Formats: sequence, structure tokens, C-alpha cells
Amino acid sequence: MSPTSPTRTAKSREYDAIVIGGGHNGLVNAAYLAKAGLSVLVVERRHLVGGAAITEELYPGFQFTTFSYALSLLRPDIIHELDLVRHGFMPILMPSSFAPMENGDYLLLGPDRDENLKEIMRHSAHDADAMDRYEHDVERVCQLVKPLFDRVPPNLFGKSPEDLADLAWLRSHLGDAPAKVLHDAVRMLTGSAADFLDDYFESDILKGYMASSGIIGTKVGPMSQGSGLVLLYHSLGEHDGQFGAWAFHKGGNGGFTQVLARAAQAFGVEILLESEVDHVVTRDGRAVGVVLGDGTELTSRTVVSAVDPRRTFLELVEPRELPTDLVENINRFRFQGTSAKVNFALDGAPRYPALGDRTDQYRGFTNIGPSMEYLERAFDDAKYGWYSQRPYLDCAVQSMVDPDMAPPGKHVMSCFVQYAPYHLRGSDWDTEREKFGDTVQATLESFFPGFGDLVLHREVVTPLDIERVVGLSEGNIFAGEFFAPQMYFFRPAPGWSQYRTPIDGYYQCGSGTHPGGCVMGAPGKLASGQILADLRQE
Amino acid sequence: MIRTTPFHPRLSELSTTGLWSHWAGYLSAQKYDMSAKHEYFGIRNSAGFFDSSPLYKYWVRGRDAERFLAGVLARDVRTCRPGRAQYTIWCDDAGFLLEDGVVFRHSDNEFMLTAAEPNLGYLRDLVGRLDVEVVDVSQEYGVLAVQGPRSREILARLSPDVAALPYFGHAQTKVGAASVTVSRTGFTGDLGYEILVPAADALPVLDAVIEAGTPYGMRPFGEQALLMARIEAGLLLVDVDFSSSRYAWTDHDRVTPVELGLRWMLRGIDDPERPFVGRKALRAEIAGGTSRWATVGIVVDWQDWDRVWTRAGLVPPKDETPLDYESMLYDADGGRVGYATSFMYSPVLQRHIGIARVRPDHGAVGSTVGLEVTVNHQYETVAAQVARLPLFNPERKTA
Ligand SMILES: Cc1cc2nc3c(=O)[nH]c(=O)nc-3n(C[C@H](O)[C@H](O)[C@H](O)COP(=O)(O)OP(=O)(O)OC[C@H]3O[C@@H](n4cnc5c(N)ncnc54)[C@H](O)[C@@H]3O)c2cc1C
Repeated sequence: MSPTSPTRTAKSREYDAIVIGGGHNGLVNAAYLAKAGLSVLVVERRHLVGGAAITEELYPGFQFTTFSYALSLLRPDIIHELDLVRHGFMPILMPSSFAPMENGDYLLLGPDRDENLKEIMRHSAHDADAMDRYEHDVERVCQLVKPLFDRVPPNLFGKSPEDLADLAWLRSHLGDAPAKVLHDAVRMLTGSAADFLDDYFESDILKGYMASSGIIGTKVGPMSQGSGLVLLYHSLGEHDGQFGAWAFHKGGNGGFTQVLARAAQAFGVEILLESEVDHVVTRDGRAVGVVLGDGTELTSRTVVSAVDPRRTFLELVEPRELPTDLVENINRFRFQGTSAKVNFALDGAPRYPALGDRTDQYRGFTNIGPSMEYLERAFDDAKYGWYSQRPYLDCAVQSMVDPDMAPPGKHVMSCFVQYAPYHLRGSDWDTEREKFGDTVQATLESFFPGFGDLVLHREVVTPLDIERVVGLSEGNIFAGEFFAPQMYFFRPAPGWSQYRTPIDGYYQCGSGTHPGGCVMGAPGKLASGQILADLRQE
Repeated sequence: MIRTTPFHPRLSELSTTGLWSHWAGYLSAQKYDMSAKHEYFGIRNSAGFFDSSPLYKYWVRGRDAERFLAGVLARDVRTCRPGRAQYTIWCDDAGFLLEDGVVFRHSDNEFMLTAAEPNLGYLRDLVGRLDVEVVDVSQEYGVLAVQGPRSREILARLSPDVAALPYFGHAQTKVGAASVTVSRTGFTGDLGYEILVPAADALPVLDAVIEAGTPYGMRPFGEQALLMARIEAGLLLVDVDFSSSRYAWTDHDRVTPVELGLRWMLRGIDDPERPFVGRKALRAEIAGGTSRWATVGIVVDWQDWDRVWTRAGLVPPKDETPLDYESMLYDADGGRVGYATSFMYSPVLQRHIGIARVRPDHGAVGSTVGLEVTVNHQYETVAAQVARLPLFNPERKTA
């Protein structure tokens, strides 16, 4: 075994830093700390790293992206600073987006602008130039917001010269923005995706397709205030410099986290698998190490929690050691996961009748959300404690862009499903799992007749499974809802948005911190900057 | 009327763009798909096929064929055994490059030479009294390049012999009923093969390849994707990275193999047994250290790139489409030190990269040069590191 391959027992009892959780943020954080010269141990509960970003061969020859399934928000600087290309980083273009309609028609967008405009005109001549205007306006907003994404949020409550300088930066950054751009930003950050999109578009299919990005992972419908923020968040993704573009990493997001693990190990990070941290050891208000589930005690000057805020503050440490208002804030921090996955191994590509034998429509996302009303009605079920009877699906036949995901001629299809509320009224997810899978499959069958005959294997991942397997509380895919009061200065709690905790030497770097969830690495990276700055001070 | 290659009837069905260019008098697809980048990922992540038929192809045959080519080509063809191929070049008397191509040795006395430009007259004029015939068979064959990590698996299903071919090896084999030559060559810098097929058999062979490759995600690719792959692979292109000395007006437009980074091809140049065109000049260049240029890779500093564009209020572009113009290179004091002849954003390397010609004292790997870019209609300079070519060189290429 090479000195850096993952182990099942720690090589030492003492590290400069111990990172709890080998999700992508934990790995990013550890890599930056090790790059700065620290001895770093990542402790991961499962038999593999990656957390919500893993790829597993659940059926012989078929690679499943059990949870997260596409890449866009990863911060580009991380790719370079951690030398990921050398370790196999390879985001593959997904060149098309396909949106089937209930009447059998479809919207198929590809890489050619003019062809797209013609396709949009099929549905609404008005919406063609609206698309250009929309994209330009949103890109301007992205350009404005991106620097906020990539910086530690200012401490709104601090009075130190640094805090005041941070706030002054924010004020001037926003103050320099053109009025329209700032106003668009506020409209997106506070309003609904529906209202924002209605200002541009008239066609249902286009609006349904666009609005879908406003509901991903979040318990909102496109007509709910707050869905604009989710829409903006996803627009901030970039693939090869293009805002809003998505890629499929070679081997799935699990392929990506394996790359990250190799990069982290190359910097000297030690990864300990199948080891759960039971709690963080504190002495005099300072973190001094961790105790594993088997009782092993490991010491370190720095302990970083790369898990969600509920676990960071209420489970890994004693809430009694924390300020009461923080505990209250974390207690009311909304998780309420509402997303699920149904993944398939398929004997061949699904057939969409209007496209005959064509399959090029599957080279990106297939979006089953043909109108905002469809999405909103799917949400209605969730409001009252049940899963959508006609769910929204974000599907991807990933073997189309990365043939290594399935045996030749066969395919894997990942379907992200909403809505699937964590709390079901009058039943539970273990009871509903396969019925829920059937609901999803029936929806697919209605768009792709004969779909069921292609299914070789089906994996249903409920919010409860997400919680059990990954540890994301209530199965919230982002480690906490994307609600305005839970973002930026307030993520995960007012006064604690700068990756520190009230316990000295104890830090947080999971998706429950700024900017938030998605395979982006920003929390891990930004937290490492804070940790290293503090160590230099000490 | 523009000609079409033997594969064209099928390729024209596959084109969804209708974008064709004229290459050596033939229709050649720029891209089949709306996205050249999608085609490019065929090359880098599964497999793709490209119609190389417009290349000129010459049989060079006869008792003196080896002696003849050893005197024409700058790379020593005597080291090329039957069943092997060599990337090669030929120069003029002054040691300037005329062209490059690939020579395939079929037997002791039988070679096939490929070239981008017509060379029959030039070659024949050099035959003299040797027992050699040079025959232009350009139109008699189609050439289908099948490139990418899955290419071996795909072709081995059609012809098991392919699996054992070493890098730059070739073999006579059959695809279906057709006799073909399959070589492990290509212009993508990846694992890949080229199939030389008699024109009459071209379509059935293409169809067999498509049938075998489609389940593996194989797709056709056009010139745009090829040009992306070849820059990453550090493969030089005539009329882009160099021009043929034959048609140059001044020495500014001429380069020697040494200046092009092809010094390795001149191994054995001191062997008195092998006089070849340009040898004397090249030996003098090497002995005197008079090369004017070094050809290197450049990798742009990503932070500097982002800084320059962001400062101008723009979103930093990352465009994989190669530039079709040269970009000047400067030293720290603003002095001109060379120019990039090829430049693009590389999706697999995640950097802006280029092939550049710099003054030899600026060719050290790791040294910094300033690349000129136009931002908001103003010249800006971004830092770039000099790097060894090829910039992308996967193990599978030669493994
Ligand atoms: C179903 C689903 C689909 C998604 N789709 C996408 C997508 O397509 N694109 C995208 O960008 N994002 C997507 N996301 C969101 C994204 O995957 C997550 O936001 C992100 O992966 C979270 O990363 P993390 O490192 O912050 O935490 P996690 O990935 O949750 O990692 C936490 C790790 O900590 C470990 N752990 C927990 N407790 C302990 C303990 N006590 N001791 C040791 N280890 C512990 C866990 O096992 C886990 O490995 C999706 C998420 C889900 C669930």
C-alpha cells in the first residue's frame, strides 16, 4: 500500500488538523491545509470518500451517480490551485438540453445559438430574442454576485477594522453596479422564479424548463418567493467560463471526488475510511481532538467539521458549550429535504416518439417539467406532506456523454426527483420507497412509451436514504435550505458565517456554510483560508 | 466542381451542420455536430472518426526506394523497419522545411508517403538514375482515422490484428471483405489508428466501423475538433505553425527542423553514408548554434488571464476554438521575443495553451513570456509559462 492511499487505522495519534467528513468540501479543505504544510487527517464514516458526490457500480458494468450527478459550480481556482488536472480532472461538455412536453412535442436546445432561437420560435417567436435578453441580464447579475461567492461573507455584526473593511468592500462592490443589474439581482434574490421569468417569456415549455433551476433541492415551487434565489444560485455555475453551463465529470461526480482525494493525498493528506467521529474533544473552550466511534482518541490543534450545521453544532459538540442563540438558530435552521433520486440501468436509450430513433437529445439534461404550472402542482403535493404524483424530473443519460458509465450500447440514467418531502404525512419512506419509484417510472413511461421494458435495474434514493447514507440531515441536498435568511451573512447562523465556531480551533466547512451546497468546494476552500490565517495569528 | 472523398456519401448523411471546407480540392467537414467540442470529447474520452482522404499518397517502390527516401527525407528512413511508420520531414538545400508527412514502410522496397501538398514532381525530379518509381495514388484510397481511448477496442472487433499494433506500427488486414492497411497513427495525440482502404471498399469499411463504434460512443469529427486535439498534442500544422519554404517569400516565413523543435528527427545527421537534401545546412546550423527560434508550448497563467478580462468588465473567455492568427510574445521589458502560432483554451488541460516560436534564449521550460491579447480593443499582456511539447500526452497514446 502506498503511503498515501486511504487506510482504516490512523497512522498517528496526532495531527495539525483533523477534518471530519470526507465529502468534497472536507477533501478540498484538507488539501489546502496540507498544501500549506499542515499534517492533516480526513476522517470519513463510509468506505469511500465523496459524501453526496460518489459513483458506484450498483449493477455489473453500470456506474451509478447515486446522489449528485453533474458539475458546474466547482470554483475554477480550485482546479488550478489543487492541481486537479494532473490527477484526472475532466469535465465533459453536455451539449444539449431536452424538455419533452405532455402533448408529445418538445424543446431541444443545443450548442448553436441560432438553431436554438429557431427551436424556441417553434414555440413562441416572441421568446427567441427574450432568451438572449434573459441570458444577458442574468449573466450581468452573475458577474456582480460571483465575487461574493468567492469571498468569506463580511461579518455584519463585527466592529473590528477588518470587519468594517469587508463591509466597505461589499458596499462599494454593490454600489458600483449599474442600477439595473443591482435591481435584477434583488429581484432574483427575493422574488419568485415565476415572476422573474414571466417578465421575459410567454411559452410554457420554455418557462417550465428555465424555472426548474429555481426549485432544485429546495422546498419551494416556481411561484414561491425565494425560488429566484435558487435560480440565480444555479446560474452562477460555470463550465469552461460559461455561466449556467453544466458538465459531466468523467466517471460522474464520484470520479471527481476520487480526483480530489488523489490531489489531497498528493499534498500529504491522510484519509481514514470507515471511521466515524463520535465527538469533538474540547478543553477550556478549545478543540483539542476527536474521539472515534471505537473510542480511539486523536489529537489536533485544529478540528474542522465538514458535515452539516446540525451535526457540527448539536451532535459533534455539546450544545451546552455553545451560546444559546446559536443553538436556537441551528435548531430552527431549515433542512426539510425535498429531493430524491431514482437511477436506472437501461438496456438501451429511451425512445421519444416525436424524435423517432434519434438519441442525440439525451446528451445533456432531460427536463421533465413542461410548464411552471406542472412544477407548481408537483409542489402542491409536497406542501401537504406527500410526494408529487406527477413529479418534476431532471434526468441525464450519462453514458451518452461518458460511454464508460455503462457497457457498450447500454445506458445509465440518473433521475433527480422533486418533490419528495422528508416528512411524509401518514406514512414513512421505508414503506413508500418502491411505490415512489413506481410513480417516477410511470411518469417516465408517459413521456417515453416502453421505458419500463428497458429497465435492468432501479435504485430509489429517498430523502431518508440521503440522510442515512450521506449524513445530510433530513436529506437536504444542500446541507440546509437555500432560503434568504439562511444564506451569506446568515449561513449557517448570524455571526457564524466566517467558518469559525464559538469553540476555538473548531471550524466548519460543509455545505451548510457560505456559499452553500452543490459540488463547488468553495466552503472548503474559504474555510481553509480562515484556519490558516488564525494559525498565523497564534 | 469540388470533389468528394470515397466516404462522402455516408459522411454527408451524418453532417447535421452542412459545414464543409475545401481541403486539397475535396469537401471536408468542419464539424458534423453543432458542437465541435462534443466531437473533441469523442477523441479524448471515447472515440471519433475523421476522413483524412484528401491527403496526398505516394507509393515509392523499387530496388533503390530506401536509398532514394534516405536522401530526400531528413529523418533517417533506414531505421524504419517494414511494418513501421515514421513521422518525417523534407527540407530544401538551405535546411528549411518543405513539408512533413508520414512514411509507411511496407517491405524492403516499398514505401507509402503521405503529404498535405502535391509533391510528385519534386520527388520524381530527385530520382535520377535510381531504380525507383514514385506513383501518385492519392485518389485510389480513402483514409479513415479512428482516434480516441476506445479506438483499439472498436477496431479490434473488426480486425483482431489491430490489438497488437505498436505505436507507429501498421499491418495489412481485412475489415469485412476489404483488404486494408491499419496503422497506429493519427493527428490527435491520443490512442488512434488510420485505415487505408481502396476507394471502392471505402463505404463498407466505414459502415463497419460505425456499427462497431457506435455502442462505444464513437462519433464523427471534423476539422475543428482535429485542430483542437492537435494543438494539445503539439503536432505542427503546415500553413499554421510553419509554411513550406517552397512558397515563402522571405526567410521570416521559413523555419528549419531545429527551429521547429524537430531536432530529434535528425539523429544520425553526422553519418557520412547518408547525404540528404539540406544536410549540410542543418549540420552547419547545429554546429554554429545559429537557430533563430525554439518551438515551445505555452501555458497561460490562469490568474493573469482572469485578471485582465475581469478588470475590463468582461467575463474571461475560455474558447476552445483555435485562433486563426498569431499572437505576439514579449519579455518583461516589452521586447518582442516571438509569437504563438497556435492558441486555444484546452478543455482537458483547463488552460489556455499554445504552440509558440520564441528566441532560443527564451525557450527554457518554466520561463515566463508575455502573451499579447486584445481586450476591449486594447492590447494587453498576460503571463504565460514556457512548457515542453506535447502539452497533452496520455500514456495510452503509446501504451
Ligand atoms: C441526491 C442529490 C443530488 C445532488 N445533485 C447535485 C448535482 O448534480 N450537482 C451539484 O453540484 N450538487 C448536487 N447535489 C449537492 C451536492 O452533492 C452537495 O451539496 C455536496 O456534495 C455536499 O458536499 P459536502 O462535502 O459539503 O458534504 P457531504 O457530501 O455531505 O459530505 C459529508 C461527509 O461526511 C461524512 N460524515 C458524516 N458524519 C460523519 C462523522 N461523524 N464522522 C466521519 N464522517 C462523517 C459523510 O459520510 C460524508 O461523506 C446533490 C445532492 C444530493 C443529495
